[in-house]
Amino acid sequence: MTMAPEEPKVEVPEGHVKLTVDGEEVIAPKGELLIRTAERLGTVVPRFCDHPLLDPAGACRQCLVEVEMGGRPMPKPQASCTMTVADGMVVKTQRTSPVADKAQQGVMELLLINHPLDCPICDKGGECPLQNQAMAHGRPESRFRDKKRTFPKPLPISTQVLLDRERCVLCQRCTRFSAQIAGDPFIELLERGAHQQIGTAETADVLDMASRTSSGKPFQSYFSGNTIQICPVGALTSAQYRFRSRPFDLVSSPSVCEHCSSGCAERTDFRRGKVMRKLAGEDPEVNEEWVCDKGRFAFRYATASDRIRTPLVRNAETGELEEASWTQALRAAAEGLAKARDGKGAAVLSGGRSTVEDAYSYAKFARVALRTNDIDFRARAHSAEELDFLGSRVVGTGPENGVTFHALEHAPLVLCVAFEPEEEAPAVFLRLRKGARNRGTQVVHIGQWTTPAVDRTFGELLACVPGAEASAVEGIAQHAPDLDESLRAEGAVVLVGERAAEVPGLFTALHRLAERTGARLAWIPRRAGERGAVEVGALPTLLPGGRAVTDAAARTEVEQVWGLAEGALPAEPGRDTTGILTALVAGELDGLVVGGVDPNDLPDPALAREALAAAGFVVSLEMRPSGVTDHADVVLPIAPVDEKAGSFLNWEGRHREFPVSLEGTGALPDCRVLDTLGVEMDADLFTQTPAAAAGDFARLAVKGTFTASDAVKVPFTAAPDVPHQQAATPGAGQAVLATWRQLIDDGSLLIDEPHLAGTARAVVARMSAATAEGLGGHVTVSTDRGSISLPIVVADLPDGVVWLPGNSPGSKVRATLGAGHGSVVSIAAGGAR
Amino acid sequence: MTADPITPVLTKRWLSPQSWRLSTYEDLEGYSALRKALKGSPEQLVQLVKDSGLRGRGGAGFPAGVKWSFMPPNEDKPHYLVINADEGEPGTCKDIPLMMADPHSLIEGCVIAAYAMRSHHCFIYVRGEALHPIRRLNAAVREAQAAGYLGADILGSGFDLELTVHAGAGAYICGEETALLDSLEGRRGQPRLKPPFPAAAGLYAAPTTVNNVETIASVPYIVNGGADWFRQMGREKSPGPKIFSISGHVERPGQYEAPLGTTLRELLELCGGMKDGIPLKFWTPGGSSTPLFTAEHLDVPLDFEGAAEAGSMLGTTAVQIFNETVSVPWAVMKWTQFYEHESCGKCTPCREGTYWLAQILERMVDGHGTEEDIDTLLDVCDNIFGRSFCALGDGAVSPITSGIKYFRDEFLALCESNKRELVGAQA
Repeated sequence: MTMAPEEPKVEVPEGHVKLTVDGEEVIAPKGELLIRTAERLGTVVPRFCDHPLLDPAGACRQCLVEVEMGGRPMPKPQASCTMTVADGMVVKTQRTSPVADKAQQGVMELLLINHPLDCPICDKGGECPLQNQAMAHGRPESRFRDKKRTFPKPLPISTQVLLDRERCVLCQRCTRFSAQIAGDPFIELLERGAHQQIGTAETADVLDMASRTSSGKPFQSYFSGNTIQICPVGALTSAQYRFRSRPFDLVSSPSVCEHCSSGCAERTDFRRGKVMRKLAGEDPEVNEEWVCDKGRFAFRYATASDRIRTPLVRNAETGELEEASWTQALRAAAEGLAKARDGKGAAVLSGGRSTVEDAYSYAKFARVALRTNDIDFRARAHSAEELDFLGSRVVGTGPENGVTFHALEHAPLVLCVAFEPEEEAPAVFLRLRKGARNRGTQVVHIGQWTTPAVDRTFGELLACVPGAEASAVEGIAQHAPDLDESLRAEGAVVLVGERAAEVPGLFTALHRLAERTGARLAWIPRRAGERGAVEVGALPTLLPGGRAVTDAAARTEVEQVWGLAEGALPAEPGRDTTGILTALVAGELDGLVVGGVDPNDLPDPALAREALAAAGFVVSLEMRPSGVTDHADVVLPIAPVDEKAGSFLNWEGRHREFPVSLEGTGALPDCRVLDTLGVEMDADLFTQTPAAAAGDFARLAVKGTFTASDAVKVPFTAAPDVPHQQAATPGAGQAVLATWRQLIDDGSLLIDEPHLAGTARAVVARMSAATAEGLGGHVTVSTDRGSISLPIVVADLPDGVVWLPGNSPGSKVRATLGAGHGSVVSIAAGGAR
Repeated sequence: MTADPITPVLTKRWLSPQSWRLSTYEDLEGYSALRKALKGSPEQLVQLVKDSGLRGRGGAGFPAGVKWSFMPPNEDKPHYLVINADEGEPGTCKDIPLMMADPHSLIEGCVIAAYAMRSHHCFIYVRGEALHPIRRLNAAVREAQAAGYLGADILGSGFDLELTVHAGAGAYICGEETALLDSLEGRRGQPRLKPPFPAAAGLYAAPTTVNNVETIASVPYIVNGGADWFRQMGREKSPGPKIFSISGHVERPGQYEAPLGTTLRELLELCGGMKDGIPLKFWTPGGSSTPLFTAEHLDVPLDFEGAAEAGSMLGTTAVQIFNETVSVPWAVMKWTQFYEHESCGKCTPCREGTYWLAQILERMVDGHGTEEDIDTLLDVCDNIFGRSFCALGDGAVSPITSGIKYFRDEFLALCESNKRELVGAQA
């Protein structure tokens, strides 16, 4: 006799409930929305306003289902996007409930009565949730035979975002995104009933209704592109992509954003060898489903008309660059560099935008082909203190033992020092805001003025004079005991940005703060390649994997992996960027290899130009003519990210690998160019392809060395130890300069994007009311090198401080003033420009 | 104390000279209930209102005492009492005359209710177009303040209450309590997602109770007369007096106070019968959002249960009377145009549905409707009713569904000329 198997009793875990969906019993975590529970069971309930990352709205009513509670059916169908699961609930979706099915069909029909059905010419056609769901859940024919509501269109709500109000189904995803996620609610619902529409204070003018709105602000957001992507119809389109292609003609390739150090996942859509658009990719650990507008729209630099596509060699007689074959160019480069190397030496400036594989190739090329430690990726202000900081606290950290996006969102406190998250790493800003909004994360900024990011992270500003950040950090224990206490809380995080290198003693102060309080410290550089460049040793003091060049055992290890003779690697730390430039000017170096560096980004652009002119031999690996190619003896064209594979390490130390999007363009990645150049110089790099370079580096990468607890206990180099200095004190007619870059400015990767440029923040000088007194509306900020005149906006800066955008139209601080954050500048009343 | 059914309660001072003055109010028992209430505890007041069976006069009829008891007992956050005086339902005109004639009865009710709910700030959200009542209320608030009925330490009880009269900006949707709260906060008035309900997170996310003017104005009488006295009026489940706003084709339209459960036949007697003797054709028991009644319903007791059993709702007891000269499709079209205009736009069914319904009805009244359109009307109504975000959508379809239910022939007659009898004959 066989026993009937006992019915297994389903245990409902703690924090879960049991309910029935379409006759199937299901266990769901408390608080889960019905629409998600159904989705887990494979039933997609149609929806428009629902978005997993936005607060529920229940506005479109497309997701109605039948619900029974405690054995009693609820009288009305319920919106499954707003109702949470409950024990014993019985849910019937359109699969099993004729009522739900009719309700959904009815709502769909209503949504379509005022929709233009211009799918054949709509950007969204082919990837449109309305189109798809109308096919699945709608009536084949409409009974509507009256007049559709019409609006003039398109309506530009910014230079980049265009609105077609006729197509809009008023799901409010865009307004909710702006209000909740980005926190810049420039777009709002206007009017009511069937005349309800999305708009801004400016667009209301179209119907002569400007007086009914009050904000007076244009839609000027760094995140506006996300509203286009989450629009479930074709109501929001971008000026960049509008009418350019059909979704079904595009080939999609996963990619990683090449702009800031967040490493956001993206999707690159291309057609016939040309990138048509970039979209936010989904990565819950990094960017969730959002990217900033720079990441989304700034990609046409790669198709600029002046892109260098063939090698160039300078004609010794005419002094002009002339097109050459790869063979000729590589030979000329190899000869020149070998001669320089064998003379007084050659150095490498590899720039902050390389992939890990390319940066590794530069690092290896310097050591193996040029036999030098004179390599620095830092094309910006930098310091020896920063080198110690990178070597002791940054290299070797990763998501498993360091600070992550997730940690930011869940931190009780985040202290941002010399770091402007929205301008420098927008995805970090979004996470900070999310944590602050949803979990009450306290965000404190040590900076100069209450920037929009301070406001929108619900943050607190500890204002200090530029250059006094180090003493401000040192003073936390004494002057801000509350903050000091909060920093000791489990999970507290300190973030520091690239500007810290301009404040002597700041890295030291932060290191000590972290040691003292136990707060976790993370470095967020501004450029995508910087974190990786640290890891691969594109620095004068570090070899790949964080090995100190002064460590004999580490050198031996690297020599063995690279197949070099023992003692082949130089034992002395090399020169840093400024050291290299100074040595070139002084005639202590002969040659230079430069990869993607703009002299105007360097701390002293004049010194950089002088050095390039003085250098005996310059090889430039570039995409477009630059201040370096002007002086280069050989220019070798290299591939933009879309045309090569590779990876970035984002600020978390997370590996962000991407395949090639556009294949077969003939453009070569830096690693391949350097590998071939190495061969010409009798040095084997084994970096023919990004994969080869990655494999080579993997043998030297830090792996499993750290655990979370001892991450900072095994520093590769000495911890930074520089005393903090008093901030400069300005005299009469002077001020201390605060400056950082705006996300959308005159950066070289932002060219050919006029629509994006139109969404940049206003270029203004900021200062306190007292400082602005007597200056009129404009200020002229000057040094002995030059001057910048801008309109003044009064803000809450400390007195005697003036803030300028770093590299915006009309305000190129380095290039024009030769000054930086913390410099003393002269200020005077400026004429209107 | 006993009550004659016809003895006015809520309207008893309305005809006194300068009835809106504090002196008149005080002469006629004014603020005596407040003195009595302040001697008791808030819990006792909530229990009294529960016992009285007072139900919300704004239309839904929710028991007022139960609503008050939802307010949390602690005061971790400020508690707010908000009076819904955004009287906008077509046909409804009881709160505005009440505030005009007897503003102090509302203010006294506010103080008592606020005391019962431990609220120290009360807002009266008045329909923006009602300028005159707003001025009356503000003057009355100043008088009450000066006399110590409002402000700090009211009548030496230690209880403080600030009362703010706020003018709305002219949107029907702001009569919906959560839209009203958004509007009061300075936002665009659209209904909020519930839960959280106002008692948990209402105005400024703090515990809030929203009550209708007439509900709160009834409270002082209950305090003075007691629950048993109140229950002598009206019916068991719907006790108390009620102001019926009678408009349309009657001899003397106006406000008539009568106990709940009074029938239209009785009300017509009070207001002098049908105008010029032309027979009744249809009427609304409680404003345009309540399904129509006809002459068959003359003896339906007008209380919450009676109206519901007969297929309509009591609503705001805005009794609109139409005689036989009025075309039902035309009246229904006018109401639908109102809902189309006032739909807030938040949800699809109401926003798009009213837009569509209005067009069909306009076309039909214009003589271009078809029989098929009647089915479409009913089906679209079915797709709105119970599918919209708030009750406005439900209200919008009431005149259409009930109009077609009782007067389908009139709709059909309008479509007569567009019958598809010949191929190609369709208009």
